[in-house]
Amino acid sequence: MNIESQNRLLSRKLAIVAAAMFGFGFALVPFYNQICAALGVNSIEEKDQVVNTQVDLSRTVTIELDSNAHNMPWRFQPTVRYITVHPGELATVEYEIVNVRDAPVTGQAVPSYGPQIAGEYFKKIECFCFTQQTLAAGETRRLPVVFVVDPKLPKDVNTIAVSYTFFEVAGRGGKS
Amino acid sequence: MSSVAHDHAHDHAHDHGHGHHGGYGGIMRWITTTNHKDIGTLYLWFAFIMFMVGGAMAMVIRAELFSPGLQIVDPDFFNQMTTLHGLIMVFGAIMPVFVGFANWQIPMMIGAPDMAFARLNNWSFWLLPFAALLLVGSLFVPGGAPGVGWTLYAPLTVQMGIGMDLTIFAVHILGMSSILGSINIITTILNLRAPGMTLMRMPLFVWTWLITAYLLVAAMPVLAGAVTMTLTDRHFGTTFFNAAGGGDPVLYQHIFWFFGHPEVYIIALPGFGVISQVIPAFSRKPLFGYASMVYATSAIAILSFIVWAHHMYTVGMPVTGQLFFMYATTLIAIPTGVKVFNWVATMWKGSLTFETPMLFALGFLFMFTLGGFTGLVLALVPVDIQLHDTYYVVAHFHYVMVAGALFAAFAGIYFWLPKWTGRMYNEKLGQIHFWLTMIFFNMIFFVQHFVGMAGMPRRIPDYPLMFETWNKISSLGAFGMGLTQLLFLYIVVKCIRSGETAPQKPWEGADSLEWTHLPTPVPYHTFETPPVLK
Repeated sequence: MNIESQNRLLSRKLAIVAAAMFGFGFALVPFYNQICAALGVNSIEEKDQVVNTQVDLSRTVTIELDSNAHNMPWRFQPTVRYITVHPGELATVEYEIVNVRDAPVTGQAVPSYGPQIAGEYFKKIECFCFTQQTLAAGETRRLPVVFVVDPKLPKDVNTIAVSYTFFEVAGRGGKS
Repeated sequence: MSSVAHDHAHDHAHDHGHGHHGGYGGIMRWITTTNHKDIGTLYLWFAFIMFMVGGAMAMVIRAELFSPGLQIVDPDFFNQMTTLHGLIMVFGAIMPVFVGFANWQIPMMIGAPDMAFARLNNWSFWLLPFAALLLVGSLFVPGGAPGVGWTLYAPLTVQMGIGMDLTIFAVHILGMSSILGSINIITTILNLRAPGMTLMRMPLFVWTWLITAYLLVAAMPVLAGAVTMTLTDRHFGTTFFNAAGGGDPVLYQHIFWFFGHPEVYIIALPGFGVISQVIPAFSRKPLFGYASMVYATSAIAILSFIVWAHHMYTVGMPVTGQLFFMYATTLIAIPTGVKVFNWVATMWKGSLTFETPMLFALGFLFMFTLGGFTGLVLALVPVDIQLHDTYYVVAHFHYVMVAGALFAAFAGIYFWLPKWTGRMYNEKLGQIHFWLTMIFFNMIFFVQHFVGMAGMPRRIPDYPLMFETWNKISSLGAFGMGLTQLLFLYIVVKCIRSGETAPQKPWEGADSLEWTHLPTPVPYHTFETPPVLK
């Protein structure tokens, strides 16, 4: 084989490696999803398993509720500002969403917690954040969050701020 | 290109007085050239111009940080400056300068007549100015350049204006240029070596470039993928990084740093190669531990693919993940240590002289090792959680990027300039350039360790009063460093135009093929018949 065809052969092999690595970047997306699912990391859309709900009547925890709609034509707020619960006790709160646009809009809520460490003790059994919500033009909807505060919550935490932020899902039933 | 490059061309043609420049004169010669030496020159001048542009942006940053409060620029523009400074220095200055060395040196060092794909080589270079125009041009579109940091982290990138799109396309083009250049370099090294030039006889500079080119082919496409995802998130309704659609901004960081950490070694390894040529030449001894250098370089390259998450200890990964990346990262200290000790052992009992290339190589050795040590500090999870995104990190990576890669580039230019041009640079001015650069460099960055440990965050145009003294010292150092590089331009231009004629072999200890088998200055075409190696 002469040198020119050797060169061409090698360059083609290297071009295939480059193309494969471009694909590898995209393959990382499902790969990380699998890893996160397997390790239970980043599972905001999943129901928590609640076991041994021994209610700890000796403590009370204040749950402060916050809500935001990030650049969305939605009015979004909890029906109460805060509630007081005992760890281990099943509780329900409600949020109200109003779509003020004259077109359907889809959103996804993402929760966050203060203090951050409280997140893993705030067990949600039912939440509107588990799925995307689509509201018709002008629709009003009341959505519940059913939760249990894990009795293993560290003793120095007596207030948990729970904040939901709705983000618009682009290209689905609304502006892109 | 600059008029300087043009004059150089003219001198060059005039000196040799033969018509081997492809039939075109003037600017067309440079646009159509397929000669590896011409293309190397183009890369070097391009890198220098970008170095000046990126440097000017650093001056804006340091001018704003001269005093606490907001004086000169607004925070948005400050962020645009830090972003473009990073992108331009990494992709526009440091990477092209070493590709310039590769073009000039690899064919001569392995006894090949030219690069394997000469026309592809021309195209690889001429992609770069367009990418640079897109990057710099993004400053002038509505909304300005992206102010997201050179890492282009989601979700901020999704919110930026049209400047972000220009930047994404610039990264695409730069990536394409690097990949094509790398394919060319690998093919040249593997297929075009002179008879007798076995892989383990190649100069270490060629070895480091072979490994770097493989890193580029493997890592650059991943970056291209990451910015493509950002582009489709911005305009085509995908949600790779958008939490609302089930995406995850942390995913971007994982993909980016899977490219980003190999990129660190893409920048550093060719510099190691230059240093491995310079230190033996001025010690008048062969490189100590040649084979271990090759293995250490390969080990660094392989390890670079499994340490990426040490850039993101604070994203909330599991402790086992942090531990894995911490141990893997500290492991890199071993092959790097092998290299540093080999360089020191090369100098042991050598007959050392301290001309400018050697001074820069020694400056590299001291400063790069210091940067390596702060890297080890940052690799440790409990420490890094404190230091993450502070000026300590800024100090660390400038010690390895500037005192590492840039000093190596200066060493290489002073080392090979006599060979390329046939003229000597002014040794006294060269040494002044070294000492000023060295002093100002440490003035800028050594003090940043202190403000970083005290908690000053990076990428913020303002800071508390208590950091003022250190920041003033840092800014003054930066202005000095910037001015000093104009002296470098003067030295190089003076050397090209009116330097004294260089002797056939200006460096007594230099022993690779370009010194032993070729006249000074090197003719336009070399090794059209392969050299005979014993």
